[in-house]
Amino acid sequence: MEHPIGLSIRKGTKVYPGTVALNAADFDLHMGAVNVLVGENGAGKSTMMKVISGVEQLTSGAILIGDEQVTFRTTEDARRHGIGIVFQELNLFPNLTVAENIFIAREKTRSGIDIDKAAQRARTRALMERLEQDIDPDDLVGDLRVGQQQIVEIAKSLAHDARILILDEPTSALSAAEVEILFRVIADLKSNGVGIVYISHRLEELIRIGDYITVLRDGVITGARSMHGVDVDWIVRNMIGESGKDFAKEIDHPFGEEVFRAEHVSLGSPAGGLLVDDVSLSLKHGEILGIYGLMGAGRSEFLECVIGRHPQARGKFFVDGVALTEKTVAGRISRGLALIPEDRKNDGLIEILAIRENMTLSSLKQFTRGIYMSLAKERRTVADFITRMTVKIASPENPISSLSGGNQQKVVISKALMTEPSVLLMDEPSRGIDIGAKAEVFKVMRSLAAEGLGIIFVTSDLDEVMSLSDRILVMSNGRVTGEFPRETATNTALVEASAVGHAKPTRHKEPV
Amino acid sequence: MADQTLTKPFATRSDALLFLLQARTFIALILVFTFFAINAPNFLSAANMVIMSKHVALNAFLAIGMTFVIVSGGIDLSVGSIVGLCGMVAGYLVLNGIDVGLGWSIQFNTFEICLLVIAVGVFIGAINGFLITKLNVAPFIATLGTLYVARGAAMLSSDGRTFPNLNGNPEYGSDTFRWIGAGEILGVPVSIVMLIAVGLMAAYIATRTPLGRHIYAVGGNERAAALSGIKVNRTKYFVYIFSGFCAALVGLIISSQLVAAHPATGNTFELNAIAAAVLGGTSMSGGRGRIGGTIIGAFVIGVLSDGLVMMGVSSFWQTVIKGLVIIAAVVIDQAQQRVQARVALQAQSAIDN
Repeated sequence: MEHPIGLSIRKGTKVYPGTVALNAADFDLHMGAVNVLVGENGAGKSTMMKVISGVEQLTSGAILIGDEQVTFRTTEDARRHGIGIVFQELNLFPNLTVAENIFIAREKTRSGIDIDKAAQRARTRALMERLEQDIDPDDLVGDLRVGQQQIVEIAKSLAHDARILILDEPTSALSAAEVEILFRVIADLKSNGVGIVYISHRLEELIRIGDYITVLRDGVITGARSMHGVDVDWIVRNMIGESGKDFAKEIDHPFGEEVFRAEHVSLGSPAGGLLVDDVSLSLKHGEILGIYGLMGAGRSEFLECVIGRHPQARGKFFVDGVALTEKTVAGRISRGLALIPEDRKNDGLIEILAIRENMTLSSLKQFTRGIYMSLAKERRTVADFITRMTVKIASPENPISSLSGGNQQKVVISKALMTEPSVLLMDEPSRGIDIGAKAEVFKVMRSLAAEGLGIIFVTSDLDEVMSLSDRILVMSNGRVTGEFPRETATNTALVEASAVGHAKPTRHKEPV
Repeated sequence: MADQTLTKPFATRSDALLFLLQARTFIALILVFTFFAINAPNFLSAANMVIMSKHVALNAFLAIGMTFVIVSGGIDLSVGSIVGLCGMVAGYLVLNGIDVGLGWSIQFNTFEICLLVIAVGVFIGAINGFLITKLNVAPFIATLGTLYVARGAAMLSSDGRTFPNLNGNPEYGSDTFRWIGAGEILGVPVSIVMLIAVGLMAAYIATRTPLGRHIYAVGGNERAAALSGIKVNRTKYFVYIFSGFCAALVGLIISSQLVAAHPATGNTFELNAIAAAVLGGTSMSGGRGRIGGTIIGAFVIGVLSDGLVMMGVSSFWQTVIKGLVIIAAVVIDQAQQRVQARVALQAQSAIDN
């Protein structure tokens, strides 16, 4: 069966300050088929979808529908061309009902005056039937489970008769049963001629559902073909490349005694179930432990348990063999733990404050005698860290928001290091920073480990975890599903361990 | 090098603009002051200066406390009521002492009265802190609640009547109560000396102590502050307690100045305090503001209203003018933020390339 091309990108390039997110990409979107898009975080998948859906505009290159070149200045422009997108981060209003959310900004009205609630409700009910969901149109979205919210988001696109539907990691929050329903809906849409773009990190899932596959790496398309004969190995090879990026791994040093141990750590989720499920691990002085897993595997939550953000978490922690009884973040920092959070903007930085003030926030005691805080000493220490971490700044008094992502990350790392920790917890340390800054951050991690610091870092980047870690743990659904020393770890083994407990790959493919 | 000489004049022009914007409250104060010096008779007389600074001091105390609260990302609407309640407590103690119900009562000297009144202000501040941190009530609502409760309590304390003739009793050592409002230290009114002391203390806390830095951090980004090991709740407790403390001082000073305590005293004082803080460059969204700016802001408001009175402008017009000044201040503040961000970004991109 032939699938006509509904939309294509030619020589699409998108430049952000400091990085090229998409580099001369050629992409064809087949109608009546599932076009799968795969690549590591930051490979350019989301950028490409943002361009198609009008959130961002190409720096150069063209988007074609048929033979006609189109420009989408706004998401509304794209919607008029029949393009709907379900973002990974849900764009819903928790304070409004399901029906109100679905028709937001395009309310059905009675002769343009008031909202025709009955019509909206009826349409919503029909959509929910089609999606086989028992969700009442009058339920508040905030009361729904995340999986159901995702269904609402999908219904929103369906309500506007999208001809092209982009799904960015739609299954990351869905249960196995909900995934099956979603796949049935996708098959249904396909037979109606809708072109679907499907982004996911779950490779087995992609192979099962996809008709065409496009692999991206560092903004470049490294493979595009029909799904016939594609296997996990082929995808991984194209995602990572044969050579692998070279991160500073030259220093080899002996490990010391155990510096940190976690025993039976569990954290309940507000929706029921466990976000972190009985995780135990141990870390030696000078060791870098990488935790690999998919988004939502419970890795960040585990690190947050360690630093004391979730007082209700169960489990025991030991630093240098001594039990950690402190409950507060401040207490745990004083015991030598330090966290570099994943979400720099919301958890790592205080954007309104100066670079200097951000850097010393955790360690002001160092500069204080009684009620006297030495600003001179503070300035000296900051200057010292700026040199050590090679942070490029005009002045330490400028607001932190004036810095690029890489330099901001270096400030956050400096803040953590200033507390003189013995265990450093790093959540996605390379997120949102360019390749040069990445290499510098990794070099810093290596040399810190060589000084005897124990480092636990979380990443969804296979290449990063393989080349940077001394030992690798894989988490899936809140549990540790694999442990590998660096020597024996393989990409395939890690990917398989990271999918344990998810919707079982049936290997069954629908005839195309 | 050529590059540098090219960018230099531009950079300095931006810098000059930035300086003007930053000093805007001070410039406004000078303009307002000069205007009234020329147009209002007797404005510059020594007697007027003393009276005016006493007026300003009352608002400035509240505004200093308010600045900490707003910088921490909150708001304290209860300060006006705390002023009223503390005034009543002071009046009651001066007149009656505490009746223990055994046919005799405990009487206090001035110093003890001051301590007790301050304790009341601190206690209400602590209740605000408790509601906001432990019970998770939004600051606006929590302090709105204590506003009513404290005002009601002030009314109840005297059935709405005034406590008159707070002259004290030499036998109990409370005859010095009037000194707080009327006395002088080295020719300077006591309330001004107290304002200088509290102002310096607050400025020191804000700029030179970890506590001060924590207040700014909590207001800037509470989540990041907590993850950095800052004790967020303790910081919030402090700001509301400090605000209550400042309000208690004002209650003492007013009842001493008037030699009487009326339960409606301090009505809408909280709004003037917020206005002074905002005029001084405090951001309502938290994380930004300076004590010095706030004090200048309080002077702008005080000079403006006293000057207009002396010029015989109707109080209705005064209210309109005050409102316009506040709006103008916030609009200029936005402009300053934009220029500041641009200057920083320019400097940074020069480094990055």
